[in-house]
Amino acid sequence: MSSVTGVSLADETPGPHGSAPLSGDGAGTGRLGDRLFGGAAKGAGLLVIALVTLVGVFLLWQAIPALARNDANFLTSREWSVDGAHPRFGIVELLWTTVTVSAIAMLIAVPVGVAVALFITQYAPAWLSRPAASLIDLLAAVPSIVYGIWGLRTFGPVFEPVQGFLQHTLGWIPLFTGAGISGGSTILFVGIVLAIMVLPIVTALSREVFAQTPVTHKEGALALGATRWEMIRTAVLPFGKPGIISASMLGLGRALGETIAVTIILSTLPDGAKWTWSLLNGGETFASRIANNAAEFDTPQKAGAFIAAGLVLFVLTFVVNAIARVVIERRKAFSE
Amino acid sequence: MAKRIDVSDLNVYYGGFKAVEGVTMTVEPRSVTAFIGPSGCGKSTFLRTLNRMHEVTPGGRVEGKVMLDDQDLYASSVDPVAVRRTVGMVFQRPNPFPTMSIYDNVAAGLRLNGVKGRKKLDEVVEKSLQGANLWKEVKDRLGKPGAGLSGGQQQRLCIARAIAVEPQVLLMDEPCSALDPISTLAIEDLIGELKSKYTIVIVTHNMQQAARVSDRTAFFNLAATGKPGKLVEIDDTQRIFNNPSVKATEDYISGRFG
Repeated sequence: MSSVTGVSLADETPGPHGSAPLSGDGAGTGRLGDRLFGGAAKGAGLLVIALVTLVGVFLLWQAIPALARNDANFLTSREWSVDGAHPRFGIVELLWTTVTVSAIAMLIAVPVGVAVALFITQYAPAWLSRPAASLIDLLAAVPSIVYGIWGLRTFGPVFEPVQGFLQHTLGWIPLFTGAGISGGSTILFVGIVLAIMVLPIVTALSREVFAQTPVTHKEGALALGATRWEMIRTAVLPFGKPGIISASMLGLGRALGETIAVTIILSTLPDGAKWTWSLLNGGETFASRIANNAAEFDTPQKAGAFIAAGLVLFVLTFVVNAIARVVIERRKAFSE
Repeated sequence: MAKRIDVSDLNVYYGGFKAVEGVTMTVEPRSVTAFIGPSGCGKSTFLRTLNRMHEVTPGGRVEGKVMLDDQDLYASSVDPVAVRRTVGMVFQRPNPFPTMSIYDNVAAGLRLNGVKGRKKLDEVVEKSLQGANLWKEVKDRLGKPGAGLSGGQQQRLCIARAIAVEPQVLLMDEPCSALDPISTLAIEDLIGELKSKYTIVIVTHNMQQAARVSDRTAFFNLAATGKPGKLVEIDDTQRIFNNPSVKATEDYISGRFG
């Protein structure tokens, strides 16, 4: 550290007798307190891993018999009849609806949430930022059934003309082709309701991270002659990026798995309805299909089919989170 | 490139608290002026009024006049952002942007000014790093994170970042207080070289440092805690250290208080 040409980190602390720097496991001293706390932390970590593994194993174990008997292609079929000796079911439609609904929710919630968080932490005067922050935290705790009912009863009718307008002006794009579903119960509308539901989560977590941007970074940017927005771009956003990603992942998790609001808002389609790419269509997500049919879990085969759908949702969430972790890890050298 | 600073009757406030009172001084171009004084006497606060960084602190405001050659920094028509592009600053703790590479750190100010051409950027980055005596040490790893450098290197990186935009004045707020003696020496040598091109103002707690690097020294003091800090005297460094005109200065320098 004393060397002018050295490459060591500024905050590196050498251990005693020239041993490796104190960090991570090397910091253990073998005293009782250390061992107790270390053991407890390790136990908690292992417990989480064990729980996730067990959930996966349970889903597989329940789903495999039903999948083995499935006569249709599970990944590409649109059919869903889980009865009898020759069940035929596939998840492609559920996957499409789930992913689209969540994508719409994230496309709206992340930019707006980040903008709100920036306003609260960087622009708003102190008398406003504190109450606004508490309010957002409170909103994050509103149960989803409330958003569902509000979407169905209040927001839906308001959205109806908007949907009519979209269909009228953008109807030539397959995404906005009319499908005869009323405005308050389409994929697009559910996506928007989910965005509103996820917004407080993204905002609350991003705000937390932005507020912790070190003053030295912000002043460094300002002293170079940055405007406030440029300061945010050079100091606040790069510092907060891992936080934004984590916040988005939590929000996405909620959107992907959201059940009750989707179930009561989204129109289900009749069997054999024509496939469309339209966002103005109805449909079912993994979660809402399972919830809509909860009464049918009377045989292991039927239950197994729905659990197989749940398994796909589980894997989907897992993959998205893994990608997010990779994005964060890749820039790690630049974030310390 | 270097400009003269003329301060007249400047009061500095944090909300209702007057932190610095009635400072009048002239900072000569192409020289190093050191601010010394006990902790809390307002020398850093005063320094931050010279590039309008003081008002970034909530409640921070200023009364009085700061002239940079013929321009009043606090005139209502003056944009603080423009002031900070003319008057650069180096902070107490090295603060390279942690998410940026060495190269991007130096280029940050230029990019804020809208410079885009790769060739121009390359040129200025090399020139600035050479100006900060850091080029030889980092030229093979410009793409590596700036935060991976040692403390002394980081501080020189911050100096390179500050001089890349070719300011008229360079303010340094205790730039060596977080550094070891060898890195300190490197920065002091650098200050000696930079003064041929810039007006440099440095706040320091290290009296030897003030004696070593500065041409003129200003001594700040405060009557008691809670009272505003004041400029006691400013004079040639030689004079301040050998034969100051005020008794308090002599007491402080000889270590009798502070």
